[in-house]
Amino acid sequence: MPVYDSVLDLIGNTPMVDASALSPNPDVRILVKLEGRNPGGSVKDRIAISLVEAAERDGLLVAGKPDQVLIEPSSGNTGIGLAMVCRLKGYHLKVVLPSNVSIERRQLLEVWGAEIIESPGSEGSNGAVRLCRALAAENPEWVFLYQYANMANPQAHYEHTGPEIWADCPEITHFVAGLGTSGTLMGVGRFLKEQNPDVQLWAIEPPSGEMVDGLRNLEDGYIPPIFIECHGEELLDRKTVVRPKESIEWTRRLADIGLFVGISSGAIMAGAVRCAEQIPPGEKATIVTIECDDGWKYLSTGAWTEDIDEVVERAKRIIYF
Amino acid sequence: MPVDVRLPTVLRSQAGGQASVPVDGNTIGDVLRTLVGEHPGLKGQVLTNDGALHKFVNVYVNDDDVRYLQSLDTPVKDGDEISILPAVAGGMGATAEG
Repeated sequence: MPVYDSVLDLIGNTPMVDASALSPNPDVRILVKLEGRNPGGSVKDRIAISLVEAAERDGLLVAGKPDQVLIEPSSGNTGIGLAMVCRLKGYHLKVVLPSNVSIERRQLLEVWGAEIIESPGSEGSNGAVRLCRALAAENPEWVFLYQYANMANPQAHYEHTGPEIWADCPEITHFVAGLGTSGTLMGVGRFLKEQNPDVQLWAIEPPSGEMVDGLRNLEDGYIPPIFIECHGEELLDRKTVVRPKESIEWTRRLADIGLFVGISSGAIMAGAVRCAEQIPPGEKATIVTIECDDGWKYLSTGAWTEDIDEVVERAKRIIYF
Repeated sequence: MPVDVRLPTVLRSQAGGQASVPVDGNTIGDVLRTLVGEHPGLKGQVLTNDGALHKFVNVYVNDDDVRYLQSLDTPVKDGDEISILPAVAGGMGATAEG
């Protein structure tokens, strides 16, 4: 094993593990790429370093200059990845965080010295984006990387995650991942389709719960600019909702094969299983999925050990995706 | 056979306050056109004036976004659950991978 100069050099090159023991279709392999192995603990480390280094290249941030402030809306993992990168590079990070994220997400932000600005939990991630945009407009001296609109986000996956998957698994037929900013699916998806246009892209979403009830009109809804710029609608082949109960059931099933993953990874696995069920018998297929993060940040939810109906009710009130 | 179409809070006032409306139709397009016909307040909110799906809404049949099935031509059968939802970051409101 090489000795790395910096923790930041540990980002990426994550391993894949065969989870076919959970496949409902004997002709379909399911492989999981373990993004929880990144040093900040999630797939979002990839975009954190990509966003910051792009800003440095563009001159928005100057390495070594004191008192530079970044602001970003995040329900957790991007904030945590950015907090780690900013701590190492000496930037001050403000994270606009919905009040209803798991306690561990907040604690990790504090570990790396990020300043937390709370947005109303009832407004979900949309509320965090809205508040952050307003604060960034009022404080033009702050650097707003804006993961939902910054092409350095999908670019990280186009340049790294996609090629890693292709190198390890050129037989891939389906890629199944979560849809948030859409960065993973847009970046990996575009790369994989360029190698083999037959690769199918499945996007997994959590249900809206009560949070969309806060919208006053449809225009308050929000389509990430990255999704529009990358022509997401043409790129994706399927978009499907996985509900909290199924997400937690599959989070538990993954633990049966030794994989201790976050709840969104359970949702994505549930989506991969649905995908496998739709592949006709006798047709060989290989599904690659993304494990977004490990389970550590969700221990407080009782996801593995407590009564599933209670856990589901709890999950509906927090942001886990 | 009518299917139930679930409406988001933001659209319910245009449909007599109902959370769910029974509508007849063999495709998603049929169902939405009938829905808008019966509740003209929804015009321009669900379908555009050209009859396309409005960009700010997502329509799901049994949890699958119809844009990635056959869009307005997606067939509808008895017992299907249809939901109209505002398009929001991270798929849906509460949650985003961000």
